[in-house]
Amino acid sequence: MRIYSIIVYLFLYVPIGIIVLFSFNAGRHASQFQGFSIKWYGKALANPFMMDALTTSLIIALSAAFLSSLMGTTAALALQRMRGPMKALFDGMIYVAIMIPGIVIGIATLVALVTVFDFLNPLLAAIWPEGVKPPKMSLGYASVIAAHTLFTMSLVILLVRARIDGMDRSLIEASQDLYATPWQTFRQVTLPQIFPAILAGFLLSFTFSFDDFIISFFVAGTNSTLPMYVFSSIRRGITPEVNAIGTMVLGVSLTLLIFAQYLLRAREPKRVNAD
Amino acid sequence: MATMTGRFNKGRWLTGALLAPTSAWFLFMLIMPMVVVAVFSFGERSLEGGYVASFTFDQYANLPTRLTAFKNTMIYAPLGTLASLLIAYPLAYYLAVKVTPKWKLLLLVLVIVPFWTSLLIRTYAWIFILGGKGIPSLLALVGIEGVRLINTPFAVVVGIIYGYLPLMVFPIYVSLEKLDKRLLEAASDLGSTPFRSFMQITLPLSMPGMVTGCMVVFILLMGEFLIPAFLGGGKVFFIGNALVDLFLQSRNWPFGSAVAITLVAIMLVTVSLYMRFAMGGKAERDVSVM
Repeated sequence: MRIYSIIVYLFLYVPIGIIVLFSFNAGRHASQFQGFSIKWYGKALANPFMMDALTTSLIIALSAAFLSSLMGTTAALALQRMRGPMKALFDGMIYVAIMIPGIVIGIATLVALVTVFDFLNPLLAAIWPEGVKPPKMSLGYASVIAAHTLFTMSLVILLVRARIDGMDRSLIEASQDLYATPWQTFRQVTLPQIFPAILAGFLLSFTFSFDDFIISFFVAGTNSTLPMYVFSSIRRGITPEVNAIGTMVLGVSLTLLIFAQYLLRAREPKRVNAD
Repeated sequence: MATMTGRFNKGRWLTGALLAPTSAWFLFMLIMPMVVVAVFSFGERSLEGGYVASFTFDQYANLPTRLTAFKNTMIYAPLGTLASLLIAYPLAYYLAVKVTPKWKLLLLVLVIVPFWTSLLIRTYAWIFILGGKGIPSLLALVGIEGVRLINTPFAVVVGIIYGYLPLMVFPIYVSLEKLDKRLLEAASDLGSTPFRSFMQITLPLSMPGMVTGCMVVFILLMGEFLIPAFLGGGKVFFIGNALVDLFLQSRNWPFGSAVAITLVAIMLVTVSLYMRFAMGGKAERDVSVM
């Protein structure tokens, strides 16, 4: 049983280890290890296409994570006050948004947005003042952020809601008994308790958005995110440079994940200040 | 009385305001797009490749031209799900029953972490491992020549297990963890063999976890694109690969929409049949993500 588990863990981690190992390969060939070197990291970081894609990915992931934590938290707070069919409807949507394969989201967003843009662009051009170039709506950062947020927002709702359910209600009652306004109660009692879940939701949303390939592939328009750049590089052939980029991407996700895990598992919320 | 209604209305107004952005998102990014795709699927393709409004079933009548993609998906998605289940169960059992609490958290986190890292990069590692300079060259060293692994169904199934194992382990672990150990003690006191206790107590009680795990993995596999693209090499391709081709390369959106709608329909039908068959509709709703 134990040996079996060790084999499964090896199965899970050896491929990751191989990528990391070969990213330090001094040789130019991807499949023969010819000594240790970090030169491919330098090559990757000096590559303007890769840096462009990285910037795009960072902007998208930060925006999606910020929007998701904000909207996911407010929605979780609202849903906790609701009962009945409306709540069931929202619960259903949250599960659909989480379960639906990314490729379906990508296609649906692509088709819908292009249709809406085709309808709105002539309209904008018509009402725009003469001589000024009218804005033209097209696929880009915003469409990727919006599509990622559909999934990550639902994720934040689940995480924050689990935290609210596990919260000590007597503190809220005590705060109300002591004449705190609802806002004061929220600010000083509820928020400090759910904050670790919100932050963990932010980190997971960032990780998801940063790593996503298929949704961006459909709706990024002419932009390229880092996973899209890696995908097209792999299509051209595996180089140690791709391994170096891959190792860096894995490193970013791992760091954020460990932090998120820590936040979600920390059982003792910080003591609430009396003042 | 007046203050009561006043507070009640204010509360409802606040709830509505808090929920408004999320509702808008669900409406414009989930419901509306799905409706548009459904409408497109009944449309026609213009000569330049665009969409012409119409109401015809032509696109659906065309589906057999992509039969191989559907067939592959319906063979390898269940196969991959089953293989993941068989490999995940012993690990989940080990984590839930045998491991000391001290190690449990760390080992569990180690299973979940790969799922949250880039599937693209993890899958591409297997191009390396299964490719000509990987395992086949090692086999050649011990005298087994001419083994071909990459671009085969085997490679795709390995990629699937590798990518989706964490998602399978977790729900099974949760249901085994909840299992009341006293039941097993009672069974052994009453003279049951460990094997019989496992078959009659542990296995049935971990059913909800298995059903949840299989359902989640199966649904995601139905839409898989990367694994067949990297490891199937154009020989083993899924509906996902057909969709990428139809929307981004050959740009036949009405037909692509019909394929997408069919995919979603197959997904819904399979899952509801499966739920009814496996659980009498009582599958666990708490699909945990961390």
